[in-house]
Amino acid sequence: MPEDVVSSELRKQHLIDPEICIRCNTCEATCPVGAVTHDDNNYVVDAEKCNFCLDCIAPCPTGSIDNWRVVRAAWSLEDQLGWNELPPQEDIAGDTSQLTGDAVEDEIEALLATAHAGAGGKVGPPESAAKPAVNLFRRPKPAIAVVQGNYRITAPDTESDVRHIVLGFGDTPFPVLEGQSIGIVPPGTRADGKPHDVRLYSIASARDGEKRSANNLALTVKRVPGGVGSNYVCDLKIGDKVQVTGPFGATFLMPNAHDANVIMICTGTGSAPFRAFTEQRRRTGQNATGKFVLLFGARTPQELPYFGPLQKVPDSLLEKHLVFSRVPGSDKEYVQDRIRREAADMGALLQSPKTHIFICGLKGMEAGVDEALADVCRKHRLDWTALKPDMRAQGRFHVETY
Amino acid sequence: MSSSSAAFVEGAVDYSTRIPNNVGLVNDARVLKAMEQWYPSYIDWWMNMGPDGFQTSDVYLRTAVSIDPKGWAQFGYVKMPDYRWGILLAPQEENRLVNFGSNKGEKAWQDIPGEHRASLRRLVVIQGDTEPASVEQQRALGATAPSLYDMRNLFQVNVEEGRHLWAMVYLLQKYFGRDGREEAEGLLQRRSGDPDKPRMLGAFNEATPDWLSFFMFTFFTDRDGKMQLESLAQSGFDPLSRTCRFMLTEEAHHMFVGETGVGRVIERTCEAMKGAGIDDPYDIDRVRALGVIDLPTIQKKANLHFSLSLDLFGSEISTNAANFYNAGLKGRFMETKIDDDHVLTNATYSVLKYVDGQIRYIDEPALTALNMRLRDDYAKDCQGGVNRWNKVIEKYGIDFKLTLPSVAFNRQIGEFRSVHTSPEAQILSDEEWIKNRDKWLPSSDDGAFIHTLMKPCWEKGQYASWISAPKVGVDGKPGDFEYVAIHRG
Repeated sequence: MPEDVVSSELRKQHLIDPEICIRCNTCEATCPVGAVTHDDNNYVVDAEKCNFCLDCIAPCPTGSIDNWRVVRAAWSLEDQLGWNELPPQEDIAGDTSQLTGDAVEDEIEALLATAHAGAGGKVGPPESAAKPAVNLFRRPKPAIAVVQGNYRITAPDTESDVRHIVLGFGDTPFPVLEGQSIGIVPPGTRADGKPHDVRLYSIASARDGEKRSANNLALTVKRVPGGVGSNYVCDLKIGDKVQVTGPFGATFLMPNAHDANVIMICTGTGSAPFRAFTEQRRRTGQNATGKFVLLFGARTPQELPYFGPLQKVPDSLLEKHLVFSRVPGSDKEYVQDRIRREAADMGALLQSPKTHIFICGLKGMEAGVDEALADVCRKHRLDWTALKPDMRAQGRFHVETY
Repeated sequence: MSSSSAAFVEGAVDYSTRIPNNVGLVNDARVLKAMEQWYPSYIDWWMNMGPDGFQTSDVYLRTAVSIDPKGWAQFGYVKMPDYRWGILLAPQEENRLVNFGSNKGEKAWQDIPGEHRASLRRLVVIQGDTEPASVEQQRALGATAPSLYDMRNLFQVNVEEGRHLWAMVYLLQKYFGRDGREEAEGLLQRRSGDPDKPRMLGAFNEATPDWLSFFMFTFFTDRDGKMQLESLAQSGFDPLSRTCRFMLTEEAHHMFVGETGVGRVIERTCEAMKGAGIDDPYDIDRVRALGVIDLPTIQKKANLHFSLSLDLFGSEISTNAANFYNAGLKGRFMETKIDDDHVLTNATYSVLKYVDGQIRYIDEPALTALNMRLRDDYAKDCQGGVNRWNKVIEKYGIDFKLTLPSVAFNRQIGEFRSVHTSPEAQILSDEEWIKNRDKWLPSSDDGAFIHTLMKPCWEKGQYASWISAPKVGVDGKPGDFEYVAIHRG
């Protein structure tokens, strides 16, 4: 890299691996902004033109297109045309603290780390998950989404106000996968004059949109009394513009394999990613053989988000266990109770290497669910303390709690 | 949870009919019916002539669910007979024009101009015939796949060739009436290598006996397909152009399988040679004893497949090619990026010919020399891949360089069909040719040796002795991913 253009600002640069590229021209033909060009030797990306839309990523037949380097100064076209192989990532870790852009990513990292802590260790993505795009939009340069819908999905007479929010991205590509989150920064400043912290929300729609190919997505957001972020989002009106960062998250992702069993355990708005999973399975899983099981807890049916629409999801697509803890005249039941009641089926699923468990909701549910899974294991002569780390290592055990 | 059905929007594929499509088939009862009638014959052909023995296996395939960049590469496990073959055209460009020939500047045709009907039908049928042919040629290869990764790539190539047949059949059914229907059936009746009802082009009747042949075929012969599709993508007949543009995105995967396949064979050979301390690439017996394919044999395979593929371009001088161009039906490679008048009536082009016992360049009218020009573009495209292969050899410090033979070498069609030459274009007597042939083209001994290596290697993450692992997995998958869950039916 020429030394005379060193800048203190780090940037992410999109590059093509010349060792894998076969010069098929697909990326150049696909790029909407003309950032890809070539000579007889290499195909290269112009850092001044690339806008990270990722249109070129999926059509590339080789995977050579999916390479990124954090650089102080971008490699020029001439540099890239002369390469026989990609340069290694330069060690610049020491510098990142000065950079406002990366500080935002650190903020997200911290939020995700906390949310995923319940898994009890390092978790990879499910083996068959698609490769997610992350960090495309950051705080200094967020994507602007327009509110296309805001519906209350809990009964009006309950105190739980949960909203289904639809955000459209217009011409701005914002590729997501089921299980990923986006960041929303409420406008204005905190009492101390600093900008608000970013809030993370799980995406509740499938990868190709709340409405197919409409480039939009849905969120499930609960109004928290006094909460700056949730009140901002829950009060959004159709046509309002929202600053969005992300997408975020590279592990809590839907397995694509048609024979994957997916056990989804949630409370409240923790249902968001599972709505996304189920919709994606509905759209693409015509040949699916794996089971989709949802264990969803709420105080009452009226307070269970998406209670109405959930009734219409066929059992062949999704085995539903909706459990309630405050229905007058009925015993209290929590998701962990249902796990124990379904011990026979649960045990069979836990024995399959195709089974994935996802837990999403309030932190408080973790311990109870963990104990219930341990009980199920004991009944089936399995050792949860051994199985859990195995499943985690194989990307089959995921927790996202808050 | 949402149960709304997907609305039909631009770019989205309609799955409400039996045949996924983005051409509004649901509103075109005649063509829908014709395609639905053709469908069982197609499945019948696929079951009988498609990949042998793996029809019940789960294959990690890429399926197009939409033609926009984000939607057309969706990965998942599919049993091949359940693959969603369909009709997918690149989006219609508003105000697209005929970009070359005597009709240059007219609005691109949404229907076939009557006077070109016969010519176009021939173009579509010839292109269409190559698609099922290659599936037939490759149907036995699954049994000797050197890895699950390679097996998956083979099947991906196969289902996409199947889809390309669909693309051509749609054009036949939609625009050519009864003739089209008959041609569509004919495409399922001819058989690669069958002496009574062969496929239309020579290279598509040759056997693909081993995996090195398969990689060479996808590199050299599918690249002819790419060049032909590129030229047809320029067509003034807009539906043909849009069809071919979408096919090209799939064809790129086939180039990838070929280029990286041969590259990985070379890499493994070089690695094994270095490991055994062999520096001389011509120390063939010792190299072969390592269970890898020696570089001179790889060169011979390249010589064979390059020369066979050159024959697919037809005669260097062709009035048919001139007529197609003049009529605006088939353009040149990257036509719109060429800086000239796009009419060519006064231009000339240097053509390599065999005249008076000599091989030399002669200026010919550019219009009749279009096949030659496309073949030159093709050879240049091939050279790019050969350069990559040589970089691998260079990396290991082995003194060997793969080269493309002269276009005069081993030809059955065109200028050089009546002359024998060496790969360096030195003219030979029949006697010299017979004496040296096995130095330049794979001998039966070479074939027998390669055959001994063709043993299945189906453990996850394992590769046969003669090929190295790929640098990256498909869809970013890890090395030991189960690309094919084999259930033998």
